[in-house]
Amino acid sequence: MPGLELIEIYVFVLAGFVGFFTITRVPALLHTPLMSATNAISAISLVGSLVMAGADRGALPTILGFIAVTSATINVVGGFIITDRMLKMFKRADRGGARK
Amino acid sequence: MSPRTVFIEAAYLLASILFILGLRSLTIPDRARRGMQLAALGMLVAIVGTLVNHEIVRYEWIIAGLVVGSVIGYPLGVYVPMTAMPQRIAISHMFGAVAATLVGVAEYWHLGNGAEVSRPVMAALGFEVLFGALTITGSFMAFGKLQELLPSRPVTFKGQNLVSVGMFAVAAALFAWLIADPAHPGAFYAMVALGLVFGVSLVLPIGGADMPVVISLLNSYAGLASAATGFAIGNNVLIIAGALDGASGFILSIIMSRAMNRSFANVLFGAFGAAPEASQKTAQGLPVHAITPEDAAIQLAYARLVIVVPGYGMAVAQAQHQVRELAALIEKNGGTVLYAIHPVAGRMPGHMNVLLAEADIPYEKLKEMDEINDEFKNADVALVIGANDVVNPAARTDKGSPIYGMPILNVDEAKQVIVLKRSMNPGFAGIENELFYRENTAMLFGDAKASLAKLVHEIKQA
Repeated sequence: MPGLELIEIYVFVLAGFVGFFTITRVPALLHTPLMSATNAISAISLVGSLVMAGADRGALPTILGFIAVTSATINVVGGFIITDRMLKMFKRADRGGARK
Repeated sequence: MSPRTVFIEAAYLLASILFILGLRSLTIPDRARRGMQLAALGMLVAIVGTLVNHEIVRYEWIIAGLVVGSVIGYPLGVYVPMTAMPQRIAISHMFGAVAATLVGVAEYWHLGNGAEVSRPVMAALGFEVLFGALTITGSFMAFGKLQELLPSRPVTFKGQNLVSVGMFAVAAALFAWLIADPAHPGAFYAMVALGLVFGVSLVLPIGGADMPVVISLLNSYAGLASAATGFAIGNNVLIIAGALDGASGFILSIIMSRAMNRSFANVLFGAFGAAPEASQKTAQGLPVHAITPEDAAIQLAYARLVIVVPGYGMAVAQAQHQVRELAALIEKNGGTVLYAIHPVAGRMPGHMNVLLAEADIPYEKLKEMDEINDEFKNADVALVIGANDVVNPAARTDKGSPIYGMPILNVDEAKQVIVLKRSMNPGFAGIENELFYRENTAMLFGDAKASLAKLVHEIKQA
């Protein structure tokens, strides 16, 4: 079983900084898609759920793992689809089809 | 390192890079869509990488979960209307938190009910299930309020904050005890239960108009729960994605709080409107200028600059398409139409932008508050559609008002203000809006969608 290593704290803090500096530059225009996007991305907890559901650690972990896989998959599938649906709607006026 | 481990770690690294690039693409609207498709690809890579993990020996439950999740998730992605986006996002925070919490509980149980849990891992598991549990119920409450299954007004009782703080203190104490000695299953499960109850008591007293802050905060908690999962099972991609989500939610909640000139603590424990002081400045006796659709249409038809101020009322009436129709007519007559979006208009950050974009309004016409506020004085007509507090001049002048100090849109500087409103009932928390009684304000009563349709009809006739 992996213990908690210092390097993981580094990763967390640095990723937090990357997130902070990236996300402060997202315009208010896209705040709703941003929220649904980060929600879809954090459904990466699916990764942990998959191991739980498939590692054959007994009935309880398997059942909980199954529910966790289901919940996380809902967010992965639904989250990326709905983010794409929203982003697709944001268009420029571009009459004449000229793109900057 | 075995080749298998190398493959898995490479997949996770690639996924992390794609996630960050995906979020970065959201800083540029034109590239956002492609970027998020890359992030989705990253997710696929991470899942494939995980599936070859040597610990996974049985696939039937995994496949079942993936199938059931996809069957539920697909309609949630494809069919949910844009007006329902706040509740859709709230419920998805719940799903994310369910996954994190259950993995945490299963992990604890699997490790001999705490007997084989080291202290650092216990700390991670504790954060995971605490944040997870309170996000599960908190998001569900937020969903209930937004879906109007629960009253959207603050639900409060005497000593509520005391009860909430007490529960939080007990949970924290249990957590500290568990870190000292992880092998106390009773304490662990009690902590999970307290987290669940705390989530309810945290969100119930919060009113509908404060939802943007709450949703952002829950977004942050869901991310932190994911990151804690990563710490507990030693998985970096989870830590990274969780940190990104946590940071995003945190930033959004700060932006939202600032846009309401209130602190987190005030939003969470202030129960806005618990005691509406019936605003000292009553508007009794002041005349309201009602306007007929015919007259309003004439003003709009000849306006050179019209600034539309959308609010939650527009979302409720689903009037965004009528707004676009009206704007098209004004533009055909040679006028310009811009849209002033207050950061907390609607029930979640950016909600108005999504609705107007859905109605095919080009996004460069959607202006943020700072960008548009100086334009109001040049506007011939400011058309307020279902917005109330974000245009209330009391925020500038009336120290007794609960919204005093909140930055607002300078709608009152426009030559003419036309307010579309259902009736004179004050908005949430019973705050009177003196804007409605001003000399240059005209009220067009009725359902926003119907009123806009009438305006469109009248302009076409003129």
